Amino acid sequence: MNALLIRDLTLAFRAGGGFGLGLAFFLIVTVLVPFSVGPQEALLSTIAPGVLWLGALLACLLSLDRLLALDFEDGTLDLLATAPLPLEAALSVKALAHWITTGLPLVLAAPVLGVLLNLGGDGYAWLVGSLALGTPALSVIGTFGAALTVGIKRGGLLMSLLVLPLYVPTLIFGAEAARRGATGLDPTTPLLMLAGITAGVIALMPFASAAVLRVNLR
Amino acid sequence: MPLIVTDLAVARGGVPVLTGVTLRLDPGQALILRGPNGSGKTTLLRTLAGLQPPLSGTIAGAEDRIAYAAHSDGLKSMLSVAENLIFWARVFGRREIDAAVQAFDLHDLRNRLAGTLSAGQKRRLGLARLLVTGRPVWMLDEPTVSLDTGAVALFADAVRAHLAQGGAALIATHIELGLDAAMLDVTPFRATHDTRAGASDEAFL
Repeated sequence: MNALLIRDLTLAFRAGGGFGLGLAFFLIVTVLVPFSVGPQEALLSTIAPGVLWLGALLACLLSLDRLLALDFEDGTLDLLATAPLPLEAALSVKALAHWITTGLPLVLAAPVLGVLLNLGGDGYAWLVGSLALGTPALSVIGTFGAALTVGIKRGGLLMSLLVLPLYVPTLIFGAEAARRGATGLDPTTPLLMLAGITAGVIALMPFASAAVLRVNLR
Repeated sequence: MPLIVTDLAVARGGVPVLTGVTLRLDPGQALILRGPNGSGKTTLLRTLAGLQPPLSGTIAGAEDRIAYAAHSDGLKSMLSVAENLIFWARVFGRREIDAAVQAFDLHDLRNRLAGTLSAGQKRRLGLARLLVTGRPVWMLDEPTVSLDTGAVALFADAVRAHLAQGGAALIATHIELGLDAAMLDVTPFRATHDTRAGASDEAFL
């Protein structure tokens, strides 16, 4: 399992690995929002948690395409399926690698970009907390979407359509927790719901992902 | 522990391609699969490797014992030759790659990125992967594609060494490897139209 994680991280950081793609997209979206909305501090401060969460979600979605497609093309998935490592574990590791290369940089960059959007003073800790809790779910659900569409050439559109509805609960509770934190309300309930969703998909989704991948590899 | 296949039927895309395949592969034995293109050799190997379920019949002695190698080698072009081999060795719970590097004469290429190798060199690396898995039964689908005569001889030596250590190999190939191996032509097992009717699961997918 370690070997797979190390390999995926090495590949992501080497040339052409796609590390930074999601982060760059996140950066562009959040930097451009103040320009398009205009210099209205109160309005920006209101929409900041929602914009940051939406940007993070779309940045995650952008990099899902490569998650399994490259390994499918060069035959790695076939060989992994015949290896002693269970496919469920392999997919969990791949989701973890995706989170480390995509979700974690977003979590770390979010407070800096919050300044650009005039996020309320108390909101930073809750924004980082909600993103740290929610982005693992995005990677795990995304792995399921990637496994569903792995054999399809240019399957990005289909995968987005399949994955986006599954992302909605994470987005609702994540953005709500960040919004409540920023406006001084108690964010405990949405945070607990968010944590529940993340824990649930981490526990159950790899089985679904492995099942659809086995069908797709036939 | 021999690999015993009894009355196996395999399908590709929901259409049965081979039926009634019965074979036995003892340790130390190699079996060469023959048959024209599209006769189901690849499908048979994929089924035996556990990548797809058989339509009917039983496979005994294959569980966690098979190293499968097909047209694509599962190599990452941005990793070096040694890194690729070490990765596959660790996936199979091993560390040793020197024997594999030796057997396929990859020593001078150890630190080259796999993406910069020629087709034949990549193939050698893909076959070296079989050695690092430590699995006793090799399932090889056209292993000699893009290999020159020298590399084919290296490959034949590796198979002989593997058999001598009590391993087994099932090889689908069209060229003569010079191995002392039995031959199995899959043509007699090809599914007829009668067996195709009603056996498809496409309607449910």
